[in-house]
Amino acid sequence: MDLETLLSYPWSIMAPEFTILIVATLLSLFDLFMKDKADRKYLAWFAIAGVIVALVFTWRQLGSPVQMILYDTYRLDSFAIAFKLILLVGTLFVLLMAIDYDKKGITYRGEFFYLLLTALLGGMIMTSSADMITLFVGLELLSLSSYIMAGLRKNNLQSNEAAFKYVINGGVASAITLFGMSYVYGLTGHTNLFEISAVMQDPVIMQNSFLILFSFFLIFVGLAFKIASAPFHMWSPDVYQGSPTPVTAFLSVVSKTAGFALILRFLLVVFIAAPGTSPEEPLLVNTQIYIAVLAGLTMIIGNVVALRQDNIKRLFAYSSVAQAGYILVPFVTLSVMMFENTWFYLLAYLFMNLGAFAVIQLVMTQTGSEKISAFAGLYKRSPGLAVIMAVYLISLAGIPISAGFVGKFYIFLGALSTEHYVLASVMIATSVISYFYYFKIMGQMFFRPAESTEPIRVPVNILVVLVVAAIGTVGLGLFPSVAIDFFNEYFEFAQIFQR
Amino acid sequence: MTESYLLSLLIFSPLLGILILLFIPKNQEKMIKLIGFLATVLPLALAFMAYSAFDKTASGYQFVESKEWINFSNGTMQAFGIDMAINYELGLNGLGMVLILLTAVVASLAAIASIHIKREWKGYFMLFLLLEIGMLGVFAAQNLFLFFLFFEITLIPMYFLIGKWGYIDREKAANSFLIYNGLGSAVMLIAFVALFVRTGTMNIEEITMMMQALGPEANNFKWGVLVALLIAFGVKLPIFPLHSWMLRVHVQAPPAIVMIHSGILLKIGAYGLIRFGLGFFPEQITQIAMLIAILGVINLLYGAYLALIQTDLKMVMAYSSISHMGIVLIGIAALNEAGIQGAVFQVVSHGLISALLFFLIGVYYERTKTSEIPKLGGLARSMPIASGFLLVGALASLGLPGMSGFISEFLAFLGLFREMPIVAAVGALGIILTAIYLLKAVLNVTYGPTPDKWHKLEDIRPLELVPVLVLVGFIVLIGVYPSILAEPLQVTLQLILQGIGG
Repeated sequence: MDLETLLSYPWSIMAPEFTILIVATLLSLFDLFMKDKADRKYLAWFAIAGVIVALVFTWRQLGSPVQMILYDTYRLDSFAIAFKLILLVGTLFVLLMAIDYDKKGITYRGEFFYLLLTALLGGMIMTSSADMITLFVGLELLSLSSYIMAGLRKNNLQSNEAAFKYVINGGVASAITLFGMSYVYGLTGHTNLFEISAVMQDPVIMQNSFLILFSFFLIFVGLAFKIASAPFHMWSPDVYQGSPTPVTAFLSVVSKTAGFALILRFLLVVFIAAPGTSPEEPLLVNTQIYIAVLAGLTMIIGNVVALRQDNIKRLFAYSSVAQAGYILVPFVTLSVMMFENTWFYLLAYLFMNLGAFAVIQLVMTQTGSEKISAFAGLYKRSPGLAVIMAVYLISLAGIPISAGFVGKFYIFLGALSTEHYVLASVMIATSVISYFYYFKIMGQMFFRPAESTEPIRVPVNILVVLVVAAIGTVGLGLFPSVAIDFFNEYFEFAQIFQR
Repeated sequence: MTESYLLSLLIFSPLLGILILLFIPKNQEKMIKLIGFLATVLPLALAFMAYSAFDKTASGYQFVESKEWINFSNGTMQAFGIDMAINYELGLNGLGMVLILLTAVVASLAAIASIHIKREWKGYFMLFLLLEIGMLGVFAAQNLFLFFLFFEITLIPMYFLIGKWGYIDREKAANSFLIYNGLGSAVMLIAFVALFVRTGTMNIEEITMMMQALGPEANNFKWGVLVALLIAFGVKLPIFPLHSWMLRVHVQAPPAIVMIHSGILLKIGAYGLIRFGLGFFPEQITQIAMLIAILGVINLLYGAYLALIQTDLKMVMAYSSISHMGIVLIGIAALNEAGIQGAVFQVVSHGLISALLFFLIGVYYERTKTSEIPKLGGLARSMPIASGFLLVGALASLGLPGMSGFISEFLAFLGLFREMPIVAAVGALGIILTAIYLLKAVLNVTYGPTPDKWHKLEDIRPLELVPVLVLVGFIVLIGVYPSILAEPLQVTLQLILQGIGG
C-alpha cells in the first residue's frame, strides 16, 4: 500500500473515530506532563468537547450512502450511525457525571477520562466493522479499557475484586468468541462478513452445517457476556458494585449498546444465509428457540434476583440484566421492526438508566452508603431529585407515560405480530415483578423518614445530565414519533446487507 | 370550533391546578387546599357544560377529537405492507358522559373531604389532580392505547396517596394495590396489543366492527382476548377471588381517597367489561353469561356474608362494595335491557353512595380516631346530623325505594330473573343480608349507650355538609327520577343490545 492509495480513501467517514482517538491521545499526553497535584477536571471538559465534536461529525453523516474503507473492513451505514449516536450521547453523559466523582477514591483521574474515550472508540469500531478482525479489535479495545476502569479505585477492595473478576470472565468470553470465529474462518476462508455470508450456501458448508451451528453458539455466548445476558451475567453484579459509579453507568448503557449493535450486525450479516439443520429451515430460524429461552431466562433471573438486593448498585446490575432480556426479544422475533425496536429501546434505556445512575451517584456521595436505605427520605431532603428519580424508575419499570413504556410496548408489538406469545407474556409478567424493586426505591424515597434533612447538592454538570435525561425519558414517552420518524428517515433496513 | 377541544380541555384542566400549586409555598395549608379544590371545580363545570351540550338522542360518539400521534408504520414496516398507527382519539357516548360527570362530582367532593389531610398538602393535591386527569381520561378515551395510558396514570398517584397519607399499614396496602393492579393492567395490555396486531387499529369503534366481521376461525383468538379482559377488569372491579387488595386499600387509604377509589376507580372495571367485553365479544359473552351471573352471585353473597361479621366499619363498607359489585356483574350477565341498565345504574349509584358513606366514616374517624364498631356507639346523641346521614346512606345502599340503590338493584334483578330465575333467586338472598349488615353496623354506631368520651364530639361542620348534601341530593334525584340517568344512556344501551342481538 502506497501513500497514494492511502490518501485515496474517503477518510472523512471515520471523522468521529479520529476525533475520539486524537482527543484520547492528547489527553494521555496532557496527563503525562501535568503536575501530579494539578486538578484534572479540565481534562474531562476537553474530553467532553471531543465527544461533542465527534457527535457533530456523526450527525453530519446522517443519510450518507454506504461506504467502506480499509479493504472493506470498516463501513459506514445507517446502522452504524444510529448506534454511534447512542454511544456518543451515553459517553457524554458519563463524562459529565465523572467530572467530580470521588476525588479521593481515584488517584489518577486523568486516565479515567481517556480510558472512557478509548472504550467509546472500541464501541464505535464495533458498530462499524465489516470484518471479523476489526470487530474483534473493537471488542477488545472496549473490554480492556473497561477492565481497567472497573479497578480504578485502587484502594478499594471491591473495586479490585471487580476488575479481577471482570478480566478473567471477560477474557474467557473473548476466547470463546474467538474460538467460534475460528470455525467460521476455517469453513469459509474469509474474515470479511459479507464474503462469509456469500459463501454460506457453498456445498462444503451445507455439509458441515452443524459446525456452523456450533460456531454460532460460541460466538453468541461470547457476545452474550458483553450484554450481560443470562446465564453469562454472573460477573455483572460484582463488577457493577465494585466499579466507580460513572463506570458502572458506562458499562450498563454504552458497553451494552455496543454489544447489541455487534450481535445484531454480526449474526445477521454472517448467518442470514447460513443453512440450518434441515434444508428448509435457515440457521437463524433454527436457533430462534434457544435464543428465546435465553431471553426468557435473562428476564426472569434478572428481575427475580433483583428483588433480593439491598445494595443499590447490585440492584441496578440485575435490573440491567433484566433489561438486556427485553432487548433480546426483538432478536428472537426477527420481525421487520427488529432494528427499530432495539434502537428505540436502547435510546430510552440510555436516558432512563443514566439519569438513575446520576441520582445514585449523588446520593451515594452524600450519604457514603450503597444501601437502598440511603434513599430514605430523599423526598424530604431534595424533593426535586426524588421526583426526577421517580420518573426514571417509572420508565425503567415500563409504566406510561415514559420512554421505557413505549420502548417495551414497541418490542411487545413486534413479538406479538410475529406470534411469539410466550415470550411476550414472560416479558410482561417479569415487568410486573420489576415493579416490586423499583417501587421499593420509591418507597424509601417518599415514605420513609430521612436521617438528615440537609439537601443534596447537585453540581451543574450533573444537573445537565439529570434534566436532559428527564426530558428524554418523558419526551420519548409522550412523543415517541420524534425518535421513530427520525430513525425511519435516516435508517434503511436493506443497507445493513449492502456491500 | 371550540367544542371540538372540549374533552381535552376537560380532561387536562386539573393540570392548571398542578401548575399553580407548584409555585405555592408548601406550608400554606389553607391556600393549597383551596386551590386544590378549585382545580377540581374546573373540570366539574366543563363536565356540566358537556352534559348540557350532549345530544341524548344521537347515536355514536360526541365531542370527537382525533389527532395523529404515534405512527409505527414508516419506512421498514410500510415496505412490508404493515400499517400501524395510534391516534389521540377522544369521544363520549352516553355511558362515558354519565361516568365523566360522576367522576367530576366525586372528585370535587373528595377534594372537600381532603380538608382532613394533616401534612404535605402540596404533594397530596398535586397527586390528587393527576389522579383526576387519569380517571377523566379513561372514560373519554376512544382508543385502547389511550385508555391504557390514562388507566395507568391513575396507578401511580394512587400508590403514593395510599402509601404516604394512609393509615398505619399504608405501605403494605400501597404495594398490594400496585402489584394486583399492575398484573391486571399487564394482562389488559396483552389483550389490547393482541387486538391491535390483529386489526391494525386501536380505535374502539373500528375494532368493534372488525370483531363482528371476523368469522368463526377467529374463535380461539376471541376467547383468549375475552378471558384476558375478564381477568384484567376482574381485578379492578374486583371479582372474587381477585379482591383482597381492595380491602387493604379501603381500610388503609385516607377517606377522601377511598371515596375516589370506591366511587370511581372500581367503576373502571365495570366500564371496561361493558364497553370492551360486551362491545367486542357479544357472542362469547352470551355463551358465558351463566358463569358471569354465578360469579356475580358469589361476589354478592360472599361480600355480604363477610360484611356481616366485620367489626370495623371500614371493613363492613369494603365488603359491602364487593357485594354491590356483584350486582353489576348480575346485570351484565342478564344481557337484556333491564339488566345492563341496572348494571350501569348500580355503577353510578354505588359511586355516589359509597362516596357518601366513606366520607361520613372519615368524619367520624376525624373525631374519634377509630372506626371499630365496638368502640363506637351512641353517636347519634353527640352527632345527630352526621348519624342521620349515615342512616340515609345505609338505606340508600340497601336499596330503599326512592333512592338510587333501589332502582339499580331492581333493574339488575329484573333483568336476571327473566333469563336465569334460579341464579337470580339465590342472589336475591344477598339483598336480605345487605339489609342486616348495614342496619346492624349503622345502628351499633349511632344508637345504644354513648361512651363518656364521645359525649362532646362536634357534629358535622357546614363545610363538611356540602358533600353530604350534594351526594344525598343526587342519590334521591336518581331514585325518584331515574330518567335523568336513563335518558343519556338510552341510545348507548340500545347499541350494546343490538350487538348482543337482543
